Amino acid sequence: MTSGDVQKSPRFVYLQVAPLVLVLFFFFAIPVALVILVSFFHYQMLVGMVPQFTSKNYVDLLSSPTTWALYLSTVKFTVIVLIITFVLGFWIAYFLVFHVRNLLTAIGLFLVCTVPFWTSNIIRMISWRPVLGKEGLINSGLIKVGIVSHPLDWLLFSDFSVVVAYVHLFTLFMIVPIFNSMARIDKSLLEAATDAGATRWGVVWNVVLPLSKTGIALGALFVVTLTMGDFFVVTVISGGLSGSATSGIFNDLQFLNYPRAAANAVILLVVVLLVAAAIFRLVDVRKELVR
Amino acid sequence: MNKDSASLAGRRISRRSVLKSSATIAASTAVTGFPTVWAQNLKDVTLNHTGMSYSTLADIAKQATKDLGFKVDMSVVDHPGLTNRMVNDPKSIDIADMEIWQSKIMIPQGVTQAVEIAKIKNWGDLTPLYTEGVFAGKEVSRQGDSPIKFMYRDAKDGKSFVKGPTAWASFVPGVYNADTLGIRPDLVGRPITTWADLIAPEFKGKAAIQNIPAIGIMDAIMAMEAAGVVKYADKGNPTKDELDKTISKLIELKKGGHFRALWNTFDESVNLMAAGEVVIQSMWSPAVTAVKTQGVKCVYQPLKEGYRGWGNGLGLMAHLDGLKLAAAYEYVNWYNSGWVGGFVAKQGYYSANPKTAKAALTENERGYFYEGKPATADITSPTGEKTDSAGAVRDGGSYEERFSKVGVWNNLMDQAEFMIAQWNAFSAA
Repeated sequence: MTSGDVQKSPRFVYLQVAPLVLVLFFFFAIPVALVILVSFFHYQMLVGMVPQFTSKNYVDLLSSPTTWALYLSTVKFTVIVLIITFVLGFWIAYFLVFHVRNLLTAIGLFLVCTVPFWTSNIIRMISWRPVLGKEGLINSGLIKVGIVSHPLDWLLFSDFSVVVAYVHLFTLFMIVPIFNSMARIDKSLLEAATDAGATRWGVVWNVVLPLSKTGIALGALFVVTLTMGDFFVVTVISGGLSGSATSGIFNDLQFLNYPRAAANAVILLVVVLLVAAAIFRLVDVRKELVR
Repeated sequence: MNKDSASLAGRRISRRSVLKSSATIAASTAVTGFPTVWAQNLKDVTLNHTGMSYSTLADIAKQATKDLGFKVDMSVVDHPGLTNRMVNDPKSIDIADMEIWQSKIMIPQGVTQAVEIAKIKNWGDLTPLYTEGVFAGKEVSRQGDSPIKFMYRDAKDGKSFVKGPTAWASFVPGVYNADTLGIRPDLVGRPITTWADLIAPEFKGKAAIQNIPAIGIMDAIMAMEAAGVVKYADKGNPTKDELDKTISKLIELKKGGHFRALWNTFDESVNLMAAGEVVIQSMWSPAVTAVKTQGVKCVYQPLKEGYRGWGNGLGLMAHLDGLKLAAAYEYVNWYNSGWVGGFVAKQGYYSANPKTAKAALTENERGYFYEGKPATADITSPTGEKTDSAGAVRDGGSYEERFSKVGVWNNLMDQAEFMIAQWNAFSAA
């Protein structure tokens, strides 16, 4: 038997996938199953969860206007952040791939994009405060120059500041996959398009954009999951004035209300899975990746 | 991340030492039939003290380790973190530095064992605020979770609270204080005298409230009652209807832009105040001290409706026995023997044993922190930065004056589940 035969034998294939299956089973399937199980438990004040079947948690959550308001706010942030990070990510990647001729320079610039990630994301986020605050850099600058007489309140602890922080934190997650997709585009395709009479915009719209859609889909997936699952950024940067789907979970945990927190987590999971399914529906990432 | 790995490391050490120590006990008991070698082996013990950031201080662990000869580790969590850890991972904690209302969850579940009062050396010196429910000869407010309501149990593993002194305490009294609003005297523009000022229209966009539901709601209740917006039969245990009205008003205020922020952590409240984002807000005493050390004027303003009191208790976790339990008793005795009292006084807190705490302070500090006298020299924080100058008098006056005016205690209300749901609505609004 040659080594090629061994590698093709079904037993060997099972062995090859076994580590991944085991990891997914123990660290993904079991925990999620537990969360789903707990989400149907009863909650008793001062005690915590009582293993008794109830669908009350879901009924309560889905019929509460608070849940809807929190999800609405989370979805709003997600959409805004997705659009801004896409526009930024696409053009930064485009610049790096097609405008910087020297590969070394391109890689160097790409690394520069990652510099902020050398510090913790808490620091990156908190550092917006002295910039956007009432006595912050922007406000004191504007007042000194005489553009405004009172500091602008809406710069910090507002939806605006939350979006700024998200964009700052998550744009790289858009740049990387798009950069990756664009780098695989054969440059001669662009030349052919130009030779065939396409305008610059035509090239971007008809050649680059369709060929980068895998990267866009992956980037969008990152940004959506990060934003929807976020609790910390929105709490800190909005000064606690905006909530997110996750902040409800956090509050429930304060008094051991695991069942309702679990139900909330399951709802969030379903929502994120639906969004992911929609993205994959638009782009067949698997097919594109093996291209 | 760091917190987790630190506590993991702590756990590993303590487990190992438990094994080691139980082995020695077994050996010694076998030989002599009496565990006399405890004193010598105590140095192998590691105790884990877990609690909230304001009282679980690394300096205390350092001093305890030095004074007691065995290792004390500190592990800092927030209120929900402590509640969750005590219930789900009780063996990772030896001494739980819980707030009194948390014992309402823990004791019925048997998470902590009762403290044998006979083994607490200076029990008689501990403040009657905890042990008798009286202070300076007067009955302490019973609104909310007043310490005396939860002080005693009927047996070592008793699962309910009992009235009046027994031989078993639910916890060893820890640090406590009376909280009020913090203000920026240079920016409020007028004297602040009532909790109602927290929601006064003139401070629109310059006020903040803490976003810790169990405590934030109490600040809101104090303000609403003072402003005459909502009437409460018992502020310490409001009804659904009262909570509903309180939260509706909070939401109305939030939508109108009254709150500049809702703060979640101690340092957020410090930054809000120091940066001038906010001029009046919920605050904790050490946060006021922290603002002052930055050279910014900040007053922990006494108000006519009184203070929101709170207290901590050191609970002995149920798993403690043998050598480790002996070490735990040594530690809790040490805790109220003076050094800690002196240390926490400088961040604005009080020790359950005022006698030893006062002895650990200089005459100047004693006068300033406990007796309401003007400082005769600079006052410093526990870490040595200047917080007040000679001649200054502490906000709220003496210890006696302050604690005679507690209006309500931090609590876990009967309607907590409803309250949390309502608070979520406030967060989402």
